[in-house]
Amino acid sequence: MTEDLYHDIILDHYRSPRNRSVDLERADVHVHHNNPLCGDELDLRLRVAADGAASVIDAVVYDGEGCSISMASASAMTEAVAGRTLHDAEDLAENFRSMMHGDPVDREDDLLDGIAFQGVAKFPVRVKCALLGWMALRDAISTFQQGEASHRVTHEEPTL
Amino acid sequence: MSGSASAADADTNTSAMFDATTIRKDFPTLERQVHGRPLIYLDSAATAQTPHPVLEAMDGYYTRYCANVHRGVHALAEEATAAYEDARGRFAEFVGADVRGVVFTKNATEAFNLVAYSWARTTLGPGDVLLTTQMEHHANIVPWQLVQEPAGFDIEFVPVTDDGLLDLEAFDRIVATGRVKLFAVTAMSNVVGTINPVADLARRVHDARDDAVVVVDGAQSVPHLPTDFASMGVDFLCASAHKMLGPTGIGMLVARPELLERMPPFLGGGEMIADVTLSGSTFNEIPYKFEAGTPVIAEAVGLGAAVDYLANLGMDAVRAHEIELISQCIPALESVEGVTVHGPSDPELRGAAISFSIEGLHPHDIGTIMDREGIAVRAGHHCAKPLVRSLGTVATTRASFYVYNVPEEINELVRAIEVTKRFFGEL
Repeated sequence: MTEDLYHDIILDHYRSPRNRSVDLERADVHVHHNNPLCGDELDLRLRVAADGAASVIDAVVYDGEGCSISMASASAMTEAVAGRTLHDAEDLAENFRSMMHGDPVDREDDLLDGIAFQGVAKFPVRVKCALLGWMALRDAISTFQQGEASHRVTHEEPTL
Repeated sequence: MSGSASAADADTNTSAMFDATTIRKDFPTLERQVHGRPLIYLDSAATAQTPHPVLEAMDGYYTRYCANVHRGVHALAEEATAAYEDARGRFAEFVGADVRGVVFTKNATEAFNLVAYSWARTTLGPGDVLLTTQMEHHANIVPWQLVQEPAGFDIEFVPVTDDGLLDLEAFDRIVATGRVKLFAVTAMSNVVGTINPVADLARRVHDARDDAVVVVDGAQSVPHLPTDFASMGVDFLCASAHKMLGPTGIGMLVARPELLERMPPFLGGGEMIADVTLSGSTFNEIPYKFEAGTPVIAEAVGLGAAVDYLANLGMDAVRAHEIELISQCIPALESVEGVTVHGPSDPELRGAAISFSIEGLHPHDIGTIMDREGIAVRAGHHCAKPLVRSLGTVATTRASFYVYNVPEEINELVRAIEVTKRFFGEL
C-alpha cells in the first residue's frame, strides 16, 4: 500500500523536480501558500500571455519546502497546466481535487503525471499535501484575474 | 483483578527487578500488529499505552459501583465516592502534595487554563511580567495569551540555547527586574527532552519577588521522573493521566492549598457550590470548588491504578530504565549518516523524548514509511512551534520511550531509518 502513496512517478518528481525555480522572469503573479500545521511552504509564479481573447499560462514555476507529496504534486501540476488557458487550468485543478476526494475524473490524460497521485486519496492525512500546489494555482489565477500581483494564504488544516 | 498477576504487582522492591520484557505483557496493545508487523510503539510522550490493571480498575467502576460521587446515600454512591477520593489521595502521595491541592480536570491543558483564568487573570496587571520559555508546549503559552489582554500584563520568554537548554543568563536578567509575578516552565521538554532545574529556577523567582508564583508543566516529567511537589518549591503543577499509563480525559492540577483557597472558581455548576440562591451562590471547599459538575470518576479510578502501577515499579527504577534506553538510542541514531539528534546528549540532563532530523527528508515522509514498518513515531511540530523553529526547522521526527520499551526496538528504529533513506534514494 505504501506504493499507492509513493508511486514511482511521485518519487521521480520529488528527486527531479520540473519547473522548480526561485524566480520567473516577467512574472505576472506570485502567490505564497503555507500550512503552519505541517510547515509546508510553497511559492508559485505565473506568467500569463494573451492568446486571442483568452489568457494562457505562458510559464509557471514553483519553489518551496515540504514533504515529498506536496513538492512532487506541485512539480507535476506545473507540467500539466503550462500552455493551458486560465479557465482550462482551473477546470483541471477541479478535476484533481475531485480525484483526491476519491471521485471519478474525466480528464485523466490531461493531468499527465498528476494521475499518479490518485492513490494518495487512500491516505486522508496526506490529501492536503497533494492539493497544496493545485490550491496555490487556483489562487494565483484568481489573484491575477482580480488585477493583483501577489497574494499570501495560510491553510489551517493539517496535512498530518 | 482477573487473570495473571501484573508485573508491577509482582514485587515492590523492583529496582533490581525492572524487566521491560515482563512489563510489556501487561499492555494488550503491544501485542498487536500494524501493517502486518509487530507494533513498535515509540510515541509515549504523546500518549502512553494502558496496562491491564488500569483497564480492570475502570471496568470495575462501570461493572460494580457505577454511581455519581459526593451525592447519593446509597452503597454504590458511597463506593464510587470512596474510590474517586482514594485516587486523589494516591496521586497526591505519588507527587508529594497535599490532597486538598489536587484538582481533577479534563487534561493538563485545562489545568493551565484554570490557573490562567482563576489566578493570572485576577492577580496580574499592568507592569507585571508573566515569564515563560521558548521551550514550552502550546498548552503553556496560549492560555496566558488568552488572558493577557483583559489583565494587561506583559509576557516574556526565556530563550533556548543551541544545545536545547534554557538560557539561564537571560532568565536571571529578566527575573532581576523584579517584575516577574508568574513564571511558567516545563520540567521536561516534550520535544527535545531537556530536564529543567525547576526547583532552582523557582527559588530564584521567589527570591526576586515574594508574591510571585511558579507554574510547572509536569505533563512529561511526572510520568518519567520521581516528583516531589513540596520540595520543588513551586506553586502549581499541571499533569496528565494518559501520559502516565492512565486513561485519557483526566488531567491534574496540583496547587498549594492556600492559593486555591483565595482563587475564584473557574467553571461553575453542580458539585462546586456550597449554596445556591437565585441571587448568588457560595462555593464548596477546595478542591471541590474547582470541579464543577459530575467529575471524571472512572478516569480517576484508572489514574489511581496507574499511580499504583508506577509506584510499584518505583520511579527511580523507571528513570534508570529510561536513562539506559537514552544512552543506547542517541549514539545509535547519531551513527546513521545524515541524522541529527536535537537537544542535550547527556542522558542525565534529558528524558526519553528524542527528536531527530534526517537530512533532506521531511518528517511526514519519515513518519509514513516508519508506520508501514510497524513503528509509531510522532512527526510534526509537537505542539511546540516556537521551540521547533528555534531548532531551525518546521518539524521533527520524535521517538519517545517508556517502561515497556526494550533496546531491540532501538535497533528496529535505526533499521527503519535506513529503509526510509533508501526509499527516498538517499536524497
